[in-house]
Amino acid sequence: MLKSLSYSFKEGVKQLFRSKVMTLVSLISISAMLLILGLFFFLSVNVNYMSGKIQDEFNTIEVFLEDEVSEANAQTIAKSLANMPEIANIEYISKEQGLEEFKQSWGDNGYLLNGLLENPLPNSLRITLQDLSGGDLVAEVCRTTPGVETVRYYQTEVNKILTVTGAIQKGALIIIAFLIVVSVVVVSNTVKLTVMAREEEIKIMKYVGATNWFVRGPLLTEGVLMGGISALIAFAISNLIYGRICGAFSDQALMLFNMQLVEPAFLMSSLIWIFMSLGISIGAFGSLISMRRFLKV
Amino acid sequence: MIRFEHVTKDYDGKRALDDVTVDIADGEFVFIVGPSGAGKSTFIKLITKEIEPDEGKIFIDEKDITKFSQRQIPGLRRNIGMVFQDFRLLPNKTVFENVAFAMEVVHYTRRTIERQVPQALVLMGIPDKADMFPDSLAGGEQQRVAIARAIINNPKLLIADEPTGNLDPSTALEIMRLIDQINKRGTTVVMVTHAKDIVDRMDKRVITIQDGKVVGDQKGGYGRHA
Repeated sequence: MLKSLSYSFKEGVKQLFRSKVMTLVSLISISAMLLILGLFFFLSVNVNYMSGKIQDEFNTIEVFLEDEVSEANAQTIAKSLANMPEIANIEYISKEQGLEEFKQSWGDNGYLLNGLLENPLPNSLRITLQDLSGGDLVAEVCRTTPGVETVRYYQTEVNKILTVTGAIQKGALIIIAFLIVVSVVVVSNTVKLTVMAREEEIKIMKYVGATNWFVRGPLLTEGVLMGGISALIAFAISNLIYGRICGAFSDQALMLFNMQLVEPAFLMSSLIWIFMSLGISIGAFGSLISMRRFLKV
Repeated sequence: MIRFEHVTKDYDGKRALDDVTVDIADGEFVFIVGPSGAGKSTFIKLITKEIEPDEGKIFIDEKDITKFSQRQIPGLRRNIGMVFQDFRLLPNKTVFENVAFAMEVVHYTRRTIERQVPQALVLMGIPDKADMFPDSLAGGEQQRVAIARAIINNPKLLIADEPTGNLDPSTALEIMRLIDQINKRGTTVVMVTHAKDIVDRMDKRVITIQDGKVVGDQKGGYGRHA
């Protein structure tokens, strides 16, 4: 068993070097395929992450109170609203607290707000909803409550964004699936060329009593190695690209829109496994289907 | 060693073998002769289970191979050495590697392979060609390599399909001498040929196939059938 494994490995590696051009072509095409696939993966994960964040953020209704309303009055308003079953939680946010949070959301650039002469924020109530469906009703009630200046609630906008992000994710998944199929075809064609070049050899192997697995082993190894190496190449390049993208997004200008991407370290640790398992199964599957008909001697 | 019992094989409606019954004993040397397309190749392909008969039974070494599953075929072929008219050597492997190849398939250790391949090359009279590539060898030498490969695993049966077809008469005789030697060491030999002079000279059992039927089966002489 061990001997046939080492034989397969040796022969598979030999074969990769014997048909250098074909190997190179396949490596490039599989890497390219995985790379594109990786970009769609980035897109999909980040869209998912952002839509999650949007949902969390807009799961709340911010009720800004008029300046004359004291904290005690505010608490009374809060209590009366708390009876509504659609509301999960109400929190009183003083203007000082509000400014502090605002600074934090700006991160390293928060010091810029130190220059403010006067706190421009009003006192507010932050209402967390049970779920988004009750949002409209709660917002309406808040608007008619005396002492309330404005209500910030973006239900319709959020829904629009969620529809768009959902569509983007579906599109990305379809493209990913399509790319996987294309990769399998590419590998199987490469291996088919190798197999055709070795048809005579395979025939002779079968004449002297080689089992099908003995013939398949080296070709399978070839496919798996091709997939694995392509995965590493694609991973290295996507690592670079994603690093750049994250760099661009952490730019000051984009910070203002509060756009944040998923941490590269986190994304990459899962991407390497995705690429490896995809690359290897693409290679294995591609080589197995290409040699099916050659084994019938 | 080989027993065909009422074997019939059709190819696309054309009858290649018609109710053939033949018995070849252990250690025998048998020529299969007959015109082209008579069914000789079909006969051989049935022995190696490359094709299946439509009717009848085929016994190799007392085992009914028509009942063999796909997975038993490699085991069957490991007991059969094959030699072809066109040698079928791998051009990108040396002589040594070509012969060693047959042993690798059966998972012999490197050490055994390195001991036995040179012995086989000595037996075939080409010990000095081990590192050469088939293309640089003469036809007779290539066939010797092919025979070395066929017998390296000590098969009980050697099948030779027109082994002298591409060789000049004197080289052909040398090859026949080697095959005769192998037969004398106990290996059953079945040889398909058109070479009348060789068949006459060797004076062995001759089975004549014509239009898919066995029309002659006697000792010595090509085409001296009824």
